[in-house]
Amino acid sequence: MELTRLGFLKLVGFATSCLAFGGSVWANSDQGGKTNFVTKPKGMLMDLTQCIGCKNCQAACQKQNQLQGGAYAEELSSNAWTVVKTVEVEKGSEKVKRFVRSQCFHCLEPACASACPVKALHKTPEGPVVYDAWKCIGCRYCMVACPFGIPKYEWEKTAPLVTKCLFCSSRLKEGQQPACAAACPTKATLFGNRDELLVEAERRINNNPNKYVNYIYGLKEGGGTSFLFLSDVPFKDLGFPTNIPNTPLPDYTWEVMSKIPGIIAGGGILLTSTYLLTHKNEGESKKKIEGKGA
Amino acid sequence: MGFKFHWTWSRVILLLIMAVGAIATFLRYSQGLGASTNLSDSYPWGLWIAFDVLCGVALAAGGFTAAATVYIFNLKKYHAIVRPAVLTGFIGYFLVAVGLLYDLGRPWFIWHPIIMWQHHSVMFEVAWCVMLYLTVLFLEFCPVIFERFRLEGALRVIHACTIPLVIMGIILSTLHQSSLGSLFLIVPGKLYPLWYSPFLPVFFFTSAVAVGLAMIVVESTLSSLAFKRGLETPLLADLTKALPFILVFYFVIKIADLAARGSLSLLFNGSYESISFLAELAIGVIVPASILSFRNLRQQTVWQFLSCLMVVCGVVLNRINVCLIGMSRSAGQGYVPAWTEFSITLALVSFGVMAYIWITENFPVFEDHGDKAGA
Repeated sequence: MELTRLGFLKLVGFATSCLAFGGSVWANSDQGGKTNFVTKPKGMLMDLTQCIGCKNCQAACQKQNQLQGGAYAEELSSNAWTVVKTVEVEKGSEKVKRFVRSQCFHCLEPACASACPVKALHKTPEGPVVYDAWKCIGCRYCMVACPFGIPKYEWEKTAPLVTKCLFCSSRLKEGQQPACAAACPTKATLFGNRDELLVEAERRINNNPNKYVNYIYGLKEGGGTSFLFLSDVPFKDLGFPTNIPNTPLPDYTWEVMSKIPGIIAGGGILLTSTYLLTHKNEGESKKKIEGKGA
Repeated sequence: MGFKFHWTWSRVILLLIMAVGAIATFLRYSQGLGASTNLSDSYPWGLWIAFDVLCGVALAAGGFTAAATVYIFNLKKYHAIVRPAVLTGFIGYFLVAVGLLYDLGRPWFIWHPIIMWQHHSVMFEVAWCVMLYLTVLFLEFCPVIFERFRLEGALRVIHACTIPLVIMGIILSTLHQSSLGSLFLIVPGKLYPLWYSPFLPVFFFTSAVAVGLAMIVVESTLSSLAFKRGLETPLLADLTKALPFILVFYFVIKIADLAARGSLSLLFNGSYESISFLAELAIGVIVPASILSFRNLRQQTVWQFLSCLMVVCGVVLNRINVCLIGMSRSAGQGYVPAWTEFSITLALVSFGVMAYIWITENFPVFEDHGDKAGA
């Protein structure tokens, strides 16, 4: 009785652990596949030569994020997280119209996320730079830090939040493409893995060297962005900021921030030794009193 | 043991400014930042950050410079300046914190950096330094309070802590004065190249040391006039001897930095940035450094006061240049603060002055009140 019960228990234990092991391998393999799908950094390729300015993406963004009044906006605001601007540029001798999409570029190393004192903004492994509204204290350093001037503020509210394109991170989690990409009738906005989009962008430039300017905007800006742009007129003429260093912007502040422990230790030693040196010749009694403190 | 307060016309005016500020405060919190200020997506930071925070912290630098002079470098003859300087520092930092409550969009979450950490963020460091240094300044000022209420035991404890507190205060100030400059390291494409430099933290720190000394002189002169105490001109003349050295050092590293970055040509290109930059250097550095180099000028109250006032104005202009004027080209538009912004800033300054007056009249801040204890 005792033995069989023990045997039974052993059997059950063995079976359970087998199941658990197998299950975990299976779950892991499945999750592994899934993580692989999700964590391969996503990006978007915006081929401005293919944009017809229909603003379907803008309308889709409004609907997806329950925004109001920004469907035809020309400038980004807390009500318009993406806009399609009409820009008149000179191409050769003629004036042409180009449609420029503007929204968060989802930097690979975002300045906003490194600037935020409470980690309300962070870059997810899948690509989107997302915002935990409940953490935000409203210091607006992210707005100052962003080289593209993307985050906008709900100035009219008494408990305002920072707003920007979130790369439809909730849709991405469900394996869907962002609302704007889904709404684009000409594939001017293309969703995919960033590395594959990069290959595609290079292919387009190489196949049509006379059509495109030989530059992928977002490849190197601020250390690179998840969103990449192709154009047939110089990006500067379209209003893209062209003075952004290729070094990731957080590196500039980290250069100093990383020295803080050294400054504290070095400062403490320097000040204490200065104090001891300058007080070397003090009377014995005084030394005792202050020695207690030091 | 009662507290006293004398009414004078200037104090009535200060109170009126604060009353107007109270109206502006009501507008700020009831209508939100958009309706009550000229802040916008192009100018997320305005007067409150440029003046109340950046200048407020710089002008409060007298606390750590005075403490370092007396306690670390053991220059005992300046002992009399420590308490007023620490008091100004404390009031200054307190007002910086209050100013932030106006500027933050969600001020009721101001405590979030205590539990939500992002050690890559300069703003995170600033938040922590303000909290810690405010505490240290309060503790440094505690002997004055304990003396007032004759708490001998507490006084002994706090005296034993003087030196560690001073050292902590100096380190915190160093970190935090410089980190206000580091805030702008992340905007290389936005801040005009006359001001953008990898040495921004060094510039901010050096100018803070200079303005710390200058503020001690300005404040001592004003308070001795206001309270009809004897002027400390000879002592202050000795103190200001150090100023030309600091200012010349600052000037040299500023110019060397421009030269190293190949931006010297921007100095005289006639843009509004170059004019503002030259004004900042002339008012805050070149002229006062020249005046204070002369011993006989340094020893005259008027020149001493005026040159130190110029240093103060120069540093204020520098902070406004970095935060607002240097950013205006990339913002694509100008910014003029709304009356509410001016009003609240003025009210905060008035509150600071009133607090200083009341505390110095009721607590043993100045030595001629009878300073028995060592600190």
